[in-house]
Amino acid sequence: MGFPHPIHPKENPVLSRHFGEADARTYAGWVQRGGYRALEKALGMTREQVIEEVKASGLRGRGGAGFPAGVKWGFMPKQKTRPHYLCCNADESEPGTFKDREIMRWTPHALIEGCAIAAYAIQAEQVYIYIRGEFTEPLRVMQAALDEAYAKGVVGANAMGKGVRIDLTIHRGAGAYICGEETALMNSIEGKRGNPRIRPPFPAAVGVFGCPTTINNVETLSSVPHVIEKGGAWYKGLSLSNPKSTGTKLFSICGTIARPGNYEVTMGFPLKDLLYDVAGGMRPGHKLKAVIPGGSSVPILTAAEADETLLDYEGCVAKGTMLGSGGMIVLDDATDMVYQVMRLAKFYAHESCAQCTQCREGTAWTVKILQRLLNGEGRKEDLDLLLDLAEQMTGRTICVLSDSCAAPVVSAIKKFPDEFAAYLRRGRTAAAT
Amino acid sequence: MSDLVKLTIEGHEVEVPAGTSVLEAAKLVGVLVPHYCYHPGLPVAGSCRMCLVDIEKSPKPQPSCATPVAPGMVVKVHSDQAEAARRAVLEFLLINHPLDCPICDKAGECSLQDYTEQEGRASGRYADYAKRYNPVEDFGPDILYVPNRCVLCTRCVRFMEDVAGEPTLNVEERGDRAHIGVFEGRQLDHPWSGNVVDLCPVGSLLSKDFLHKARVWDFDRTSSICPGCTQGCNVVLETRENTVVRIKPRPNPAVNRWWMCDHGRLSYAWLNRSDRIEAPLVLREGRLAPAGWDQALARAAEVVRSAQGSWVALVAPGASCEALEAAARLLKAHGGSGAFRVAEGAEAPLPGVPDLALRKERAPNVNGALTAGFSRDWAGAVDAAKRAALVLALDEDLSGVPQPLTSGKLIYIGTVLPEAARTAAVVLPSANMAEEEGTFENLRGLRQRYAQAKTPPGMARPAAWILGAILEAAGSPAGATA
Repeated sequence: MGFPHPIHPKENPVLSRHFGEADARTYAGWVQRGGYRALEKALGMTREQVIEEVKASGLRGRGGAGFPAGVKWGFMPKQKTRPHYLCCNADESEPGTFKDREIMRWTPHALIEGCAIAAYAIQAEQVYIYIRGEFTEPLRVMQAALDEAYAKGVVGANAMGKGVRIDLTIHRGAGAYICGEETALMNSIEGKRGNPRIRPPFPAAVGVFGCPTTINNVETLSSVPHVIEKGGAWYKGLSLSNPKSTGTKLFSICGTIARPGNYEVTMGFPLKDLLYDVAGGMRPGHKLKAVIPGGSSVPILTAAEADETLLDYEGCVAKGTMLGSGGMIVLDDATDMVYQVMRLAKFYAHESCAQCTQCREGTAWTVKILQRLLNGEGRKEDLDLLLDLAEQMTGRTICVLSDSCAAPVVSAIKKFPDEFAAYLRRGRTAAAT
Repeated sequence: MSDLVKLTIEGHEVEVPAGTSVLEAAKLVGVLVPHYCYHPGLPVAGSCRMCLVDIEKSPKPQPSCATPVAPGMVVKVHSDQAEAARRAVLEFLLINHPLDCPICDKAGECSLQDYTEQEGRASGRYADYAKRYNPVEDFGPDILYVPNRCVLCTRCVRFMEDVAGEPTLNVEERGDRAHIGVFEGRQLDHPWSGNVVDLCPVGSLLSKDFLHKARVWDFDRTSSICPGCTQGCNVVLETRENTVVRIKPRPNPAVNRWWMCDHGRLSYAWLNRSDRIEAPLVLREGRLAPAGWDQALARAAEVVRSAQGSWVALVAPGASCEALEAAARLLKAHGGSGAFRVAEGAEAPLPGVPDLALRKERAPNVNGALTAGFSRDWAGAVDAAKRAALVLALDEDLSGVPQPLTSGKLIYIGTVLPEAARTAAVVLPSANMAEEEGTFENLRGLRQRYAQAKTPPGMARPAAWILGAILEAAGSPAGATA
């Protein structure tokens, strides 16, 4: 990425090429960089051709689940009997993830272009860009860019002069993690409490305001213009390992690392190279202990596992974790794993929407057990209890927040048993720090 | 047959209409899947996760309330995995629960108690952490909220929003800090809001009227009809030591579904009045004196036989169809006429249910009185009573009528003795609706039976019996049987 560190030779900057260039935020600057050519091209294609192109590219959802974007668009009814909606999920709130923020800060028109192409493909009346409440700067930048896009006729009643109506609205969240969950996000747009909904029905049948809706992540939609402009086949060719994972991916690297930031690499890039080469490696005198590769909700990788991991959807699954959002939390040997896991669980306990019993009570209980452990008052049976609670919190609820709380706890207990045992033995002083 | 789906639940084959939930289908084969947030009268929330069951080919347990039946589905309610999932939900629900059943009004009819007894762990593992504590809140004129007992099933929230059509309650806060709240500046004072107390599966929403009044296992329960208005909601009269303590709705999809209004729910004190007429009274030397039933009925028959001239009846639309018809028969034999009047109040519909409202006319049997042939011309009947040879008053309080009511003879049948009836020739003590069996005809012409819930005081008898006895004693040609 171009900001704040210069582009590393091993990076493949497709989305992040213009990060750091203030000029790219303006309409003129964006057009000068080749912007809106893809939208013009898409509006000259049929809706089916656009969807087929995206299907051919193998582009998968960058929000965490990795569902093929073109297939998702294909779920929308072909015959439009009710309004269709597109939601852009810009509620980036997964701890450790900050890639969408940079896309919106530096290349707002890329997102607007992607949204416009998607809206055309799925016949959406209206695009809602749901931006996280805390994102004040991205909100400002996006709104300015959207106003300019309307003023230039790129979107609106007669988008690009092609007689197609494309409308976008920016909706600001109020600061709930759960509103990043797609059905909670829809409730929030409707003005309701941001509670996830039971599926089925799925959003393509019953989404925002009860109408067919597609919801995509910022990074997914921002990739669409590249797919359209350079072709699905070109995008599909961007793959270093498994052909099911294509394109480039932005990784937000944070934690105890020399150069935290966003880095864009081709799918299948080795995790080891990303950490030690692109992101500058560990702080002097420290060794890697663990990596949480896909935002805080995924199982933790040990240093040894991380060394062998290839960064794509399949590569992460092979190591027992998930690519998730690409928010990579790096933990070195000075890290107290028990404390880190408690801190993560505390986040989920705070953010549980309180609908499902397992999540509402289980997340808070998990925190209490971990805190007691940290205070040196842990009991032998506590670890089994944590694992048992985690089992009952996994796959039992409406959404996966509860699973997300359980995953790091389980993997930490299994992969770093010594640290938990040390707390059980000697209490507070046993911390690795 | 195409709209029927065949599936297997706990080894029982059952055929149900497509679209039925697994939970409802299970009820049909006698399997009750434990649940909190689900209620047949409310939109599905699917959030308590108590109704998780195992469905073959599905790796994870599924919420039976939100899972529609599918052909060939095999459902296991008591598999190890499903029971473990539900046991965990119960444990989670109890970690912050105060376990104050001994002082909780809901004890004995609490789903948390019942399911824990059925499927819960013998002891919890939430060893020695402090429990969440929130003070009791006043939600409205009759409702208290005890947040510590709440399982956040949101039945109350959904009732107010989707059935009462007046969103008043919400879930405040997130995580384990969440609790039910009232929107700012509002209170739970909708005319149908008392239903949230019935809906609450635990002791979280309580009626102030019933607070600490009785233990529910001491009750006798009697199927009855609400006497509050012409709607005819089906109810259960709950009595303890011959006193009506509480009225609860009794589900009837054709009349009131699962609901009843607060007016009906809270207007039961009159059923327990202590200033009742306990013995028949006969006028002797200008004073009403107690008498036996034989004496009093003989005197009444004598009055009836000797009354030469017009007859008028003043009846109450709260009397049973049987009493009203017996009165009508007595009148008819002698060419008399009768009328009734009915108290009125504001109509209060329940928007979520068609044709359900607290009706303007606040008596249960207006239609029964009309069917029996009584008119609404109260003023005309009162005027005619002045000159009548015989006036028969049936459970009418006679308030506001001119004194003296008549120059003829008055036979008064009622529960309490109004001033205007002190000049009656005979006073016959009748049972109130909780003390007799009978039927009411509601505003849609539906005749519904109510059963006797308590014994009448002293020598009081059902009005239908009294009128039948008079007919018999007076030798009516169309004599009714007692």
